[in-house]
Amino acid sequence: MSQPSRVRVALVLPELLGTYGDRGNATVLVQRLRWRSIDAEMIEVSGDTPVPADCDIYVIGGGEDIAQLAAVRWLQAHPGLQQAVGRGAVVLAVCAGFQILGTSFAGTDGAMHSGLGLFDAITRPLSRRAIGEIVVEPAPGLGIRSLTGFENHGGATQLGPGAAPLGRVVTGIGNGFDGAEGVVQGRIVGTYLHGPVLARNPDLADLLLTWATGRTLDPLSLEETETLRQERLQHARAR
Amino acid sequence: MTHSGMPHRLGDEPAPDGAGDAPEAPPWRPPWPRRDGHRLPLRTRMAMRIGGAVAWLSQALQMGQGAMIGGRLMLALDPGALRRLSQGRLTVLVTGTNGKTTTTAMLAAALSELGEVASNSSGANMPGGLVTALAQSPEAPLAVLEVDEGYFPSVAATVRPGVAVLLNLSRDQIDRVGEVSRTERAIRDALHTLDGVTAVVNCDDALMTSAARDVAHPVWVSVGSTWQETAARCPRCGQPVTTDAAGDGAGWGCACGFESPRPQWTLDGTEIITPEGGRVPLELRLPGRVNARNAAMAVAAAVTLGVPVDAAVSRVGSLAEVAGRYRTVRLGTHRVRLLLAKNPAGWAETLDLLAGSRDPVVIAVNAREADGRDTSWLWDVPFERLRGRSVVASGERATDLAVRLTYADVPHVRLPEPWWAVEMLRPGHVDLVANYTAFRELVIRC
Repeated sequence: MSQPSRVRVALVLPELLGTYGDRGNATVLVQRLRWRSIDAEMIEVSGDTPVPADCDIYVIGGGEDIAQLAAVRWLQAHPGLQQAVGRGAVVLAVCAGFQILGTSFAGTDGAMHSGLGLFDAITRPLSRRAIGEIVVEPAPGLGIRSLTGFENHGGATQLGPGAAPLGRVVTGIGNGFDGAEGVVQGRIVGTYLHGPVLARNPDLADLLLTWATGRTLDPLSLEETETLRQERLQHARAR
Repeated sequence: MTHSGMPHRLGDEPAPDGAGDAPEAPPWRPPWPRRDGHRLPLRTRMAMRIGGAVAWLSQALQMGQGAMIGGRLMLALDPGALRRLSQGRLTVLVTGTNGKTTTTAMLAAALSELGEVASNSSGANMPGGLVTALAQSPEAPLAVLEVDEGYFPSVAATVRPGVAVLLNLSRDQIDRVGEVSRTERAIRDALHTLDGVTAVVNCDDALMTSAARDVAHPVWVSVGSTWQETAARCPRCGQPVTTDAAGDGAGWGCACGFESPRPQWTLDGTEIITPEGGRVPLELRLPGRVNARNAAMAVAAAVTLGVPVDAAVSRVGSLAEVAGRYRTVRLGTHRVRLLLAKNPAGWAETLDLLAGSRDPVVIAVNAREADGRDTSWLWDVPFERLRGRSVVASGERATDLAVRLTYADVPHVRLPEPWWAVEMLRPGHVDLVANYTAFRELVIRC
């Protein structure tokens, strides 16, 4: 992708998929660009305007079950996100957002619903809701350090051959299949990690930014984010 | 004072709301039944004695306020204690995400105009805390109980309240309480099983309105609202809810036909408009718009139960602190105002309250079970509004908060111990804002 003059970060349907603080992922992406003197802008895509197809990064969060169905219907009717993915945009989808980007998912009504089909993944109900701290060892090819987060979901997500996991679960539940957590398919990342995941894991934030800008970013190490990583890893080891 | 002299009481007259759904007289009316403590079975009386002793011991050893442990023990010894202790009284349950403790204290103060009131004024709002409060006032004919919104259905089924005061619903501790739409549904179902219950409802909250839509005797109170996010979707169909041009949360509707009812009571600035159209000024010692909202709910409920409006307003207005909240304590050269904020909606109110000054702020965040283990909610609080002030990130999860403040461009220092944080600030006034368990520790130690 050519170097954009201003990086546009779309926060998709925060009023529907904004229950778990995941808007923080968009805040983190924009700030990490600005601190490196790269112009960046956050665009909130709410349910009264069509989804723009010309943003560089799309961030989708977790939400309640009833909202998840409303969100997928809106995104199917206004396919700006799918068009953007078609031309190589970067996507981070968390929890309910992760589920609806797959091929299909179970709704509260117990029925299976079609997702957007951006991931090769099917989500069915978990036998028992997964709630708690989670640590994930990322896929080696990603070149990032261990991930931590907080998961709170009732979905078991099975990846198909077209998708690869984001990582392997060290502690916690994750996808609930084969010890896998999340998904990476092209430049689209899905995960169950809240925290928000990019606030807890700056490496993942910078990986997405590298993909989106096509450039090597200057190092940016913040003492407090490093301390938070250590605290959460220590907490997980102690249990 | 311009309001009409006649207090509005359910049972005296139908509410003049003109909507055709005027509440009928509820089955109870003053004077209240006197309680006869001796009718309690031996098992309950023994459980009360032992639980009371343990609560006293817990307090004496500074292990806590005692309400939880004593009550839990009572329930273990007599699982029917909550039902038996609430029998023969008129019980009011106050629930919602924010404002429960303050509204409960205000309503208890107003109802003491009518007689002795049992109330869990410390904010211990799960069954153990309720049992303790009832056991401490076994003869009180009235009870005003704050109930955790997740426990409301089971508590309501047990105590069969005459009145439910429904404040607001927004997300809080999703890991423990669960999703807000499920909570609304559970409260709605619980109210459905209470024949003849009167519900005093904040009708600017779409979720609580949905929960109370079909109760026998609704009293709708318009208090305005600042936090619309979770309720931006219709609780009945999921479509966007539209608000009217005023934008203050008063008056909303959905394409499916679900809309805000016409309020009997309205909070207008610092005045409350009665069902008769009279305007009564609220003169509150507690600060902020949030407490005007709490007061409006408490006054509407008190008047519904038969307290004259002037007396209700006067008693509500005289409260100066609630379970240690809003209280100012002296610490060396500092005067520290203690505030509680534990979720995005509560923080929206708190940031409004803080906007009036430039004093330093210490924020203490814990993430124990009673707080919710997930700190993600910090990212839904617009901490950007604290730019330009001295801020200290504190509490057991000070680091999570510090990272949030960093991304909000709010310079700060990080010090997990809140009182040390206060001491390092320049002498003068400090606002100390803590979430639930962090606040509880502050109150125990000052």
